[in-house]
Amino acid sequence: MRQKTTAVLSAAALVLGMAGTAQAGTLEDVRDRGVLRCVVSTGIAGFAQPDANGVWGGFDIDFCRATAAAVLGDASKIEAVTSTGKTRFTKLNAGEGDVLWRNTTITFSRDVSVKLRFHGVNYYDGQGFMVKKDLGVSSASELDGASVCIQTGTTTELNLADYFSSNNMNYEPVPIETNDEARQNYEAGRCDVYTTDASGLASTRSALPNPDDHMVLPEIISKEPLGPATRHGDDQWSDIVTWVLNATITAEELGVTMANVDEMKGSNNPEVRRLLGVDGSQGSELGLSDDWAYQIIKQLGNYGEIFERNIGVNPPLGIARGLNALWTDGGLIYSPPFR
Amino acid sequence: MSETPTNPRYAPGTHPDLPPPRRTTGALGWVRSNLLSSPLNVALTLLSVWLLWTILPPSIHWLFTGAIWTAVDRKECWALMDAPRDGACWAFIRGSFELFVYGWYPEPERWRVNLTFILFIAAIVGGLRENIPGKKYWLIFAAAYPFIAAWLLLGGFGLEPVGTNKLGGILLTLVVAVTGISFSLPLGIALALGRRSNLPALRGVCVIFIEFIRGVPLITLLFVASTMLTYFLPPGSTFDLLMRVLIMVTLFASAYIAEVVRGGLQGLSSGQYEAADALGLSYWKAHRLVILPQALKISIPGIVNTFIGSFKDSTLVLIIGMMDILGLGRARLNDPEWLGLAPELYIFISLFFFISCFAMSRYSLNLEKKLQTGHKS
Repeated sequence: MRQKTTAVLSAAALVLGMAGTAQAGTLEDVRDRGVLRCVVSTGIAGFAQPDANGVWGGFDIDFCRATAAAVLGDASKIEAVTSTGKTRFTKLNAGEGDVLWRNTTITFSRDVSVKLRFHGVNYYDGQGFMVKKDLGVSSASELDGASVCIQTGTTTELNLADYFSSNNMNYEPVPIETNDEARQNYEAGRCDVYTTDASGLASTRSALPNPDDHMVLPEIISKEPLGPATRHGDDQWSDIVTWVLNATITAEELGVTMANVDEMKGSNNPEVRRLLGVDGSQGSELGLSDDWAYQIIKQLGNYGEIFERNIGVNPPLGIARGLNALWTDGGLIYSPPFR
Repeated sequence: MSETPTNPRYAPGTHPDLPPPRRTTGALGWVRSNLLSSPLNVALTLLSVWLLWTILPPSIHWLFTGAIWTAVDRKECWALMDAPRDGACWAFIRGSFELFVYGWYPEPERWRVNLTFILFIAAIVGGLRENIPGKKYWLIFAAAYPFIAAWLLLGGFGLEPVGTNKLGGILLTLVVAVTGISFSLPLGIALALGRRSNLPALRGVCVIFIEFIRGVPLITLLFVASTMLTYFLPPGSTFDLLMRVLIMVTLFASAYIAEVVRGGLQGLSSGQYEAADALGLSYWKAHRLVILPQALKISIPGIVNTFIGSFKDSTLVLIIGMMDILGLGRARLNDPEWLGLAPELYIFISLFFFISCFAMSRYSLNLEKKLQTGHKS
């Protein structure tokens, strides 16, 4: 009996040990598996949501697909590892996901203490205010005495308190838990103002019966740079994620789109030729095929196209580019050169 | 009965029974005795009628007559109504219905889910009905059902394998709940017996286990399953998340079942134990033939109570990012085409939970009646 137990235990240890050695490099793991596992949110309108058939779509999901297009050549080969705000980092660090594309604000503690590696910003968010137009307010500085729907226990609550006290204004908080609850309270007139991240305001506004009766005020009172993350300890994989994001931005800077990418392969611009893998060997230096960026643009488009398709000015969400315009158009989106 | 002077023709004792006074029978009598029997009751009745009058017509209008069943997105839905939110937009639920039921289970394989569900009904009916032919085989089938279901759902041995991450929606809710319920009962009985055992070591282990599990919330155990365990296991080794969650849910429910069963064991008079001993029955025989049948019978309300509780607790898995019916529904609420339809979704989900839980509680009542053998003192 004892011998049997020992045998079973050592067999189990052997299996676990073998599984343990499989984590040599994320790139090889993804290639062997044939599927890229992205840690994504359980649902944020426009950024990650399943459609009626369960197919995931959205701004963050498209970047996950872009990564799959670069690594595996096929944007459909993704698996969404759904995670809440509380479980996302452990899922990534425990190896249940390969990369995190999940509305995650880059902060010092996440970068350093949680041991993540961030790879640039794919969306500049920030806390804003939404009001009814007939309130006659055009700036957040006129909100003295307003009742404000606010999610309790979040950084938005602290930002709000700071903003009002530094401007010598008072407000009456109406505590709420979720976005839907906020919308219902706001719709029923229990608060004059709803404050959360600007992307959340846009989706809340579009869900109102008459979105045109409401406006998002121009002030943004906090910095929420959202970007992808990977685990510490795999520099090659980190480089890949960094340059997937940069490739979509560079493509927009250079005017390469989903429609003209084949034609652009014959371009004389050396940067376009390097990006699309016509000249140079940037792909193989990353450990990918040389047409990796071509596959991204061909299957998903450049940064601007991904933005417009999921959250852009067209309904339903209708978010303006704002800070997320290219640096040449007055925004902050900027890619280091491909050279 | 005194004789009526107007009908002197009847001999004493031969007067036929007269119908009861008309005011105390029929609909009118019922209304008088149940709704209008005292000034307070008259007032309460009027208040209730007024409440129903204000609540029912708008609810019926919103739920049914003003509701839209076919539309491509919320905009179209609201355009079809007199005013946005005037009626329910059931088109949203209808369009995602298959996703809500099957999750991401591959479409050509969905017959396996249906078959699993049909077998589930068969196992419940066959395993619990008394006068059914071949009772012994039904019981074996019911005991084997969880393993048959696991094989059908996850595949292998001749069936196309389906990953546990493909389970979602109502399917995942039922998998979590049914697994928790069906494995927690035997485990709970074993724990209850262990807690009453005369062997100190066994008793100690059972007491510590039960008290520990009951001392922490289920959500803590789920977090341990989803995050802590991955730190204890060697890096890179994967131990299926659903499996970890199922184990935790089962352990949690079994601790509660153990205490319910222990209550039943203590509710038996010591004469039953002594009688079993006097017959010379061994420990196992005494429990199988004398103690447990009686103890479980008096524990039924508590056991079903725990089952219903763990069925509803299964929605907590959404906090660790699993897509049960509530998690998946909330994810669908974020579809930009259908934003803002939370009331429709939550009504649909509560209807599902109400039907399931109500069926469980009716079934337990039925079972109690059937097992009522008159031991009530």
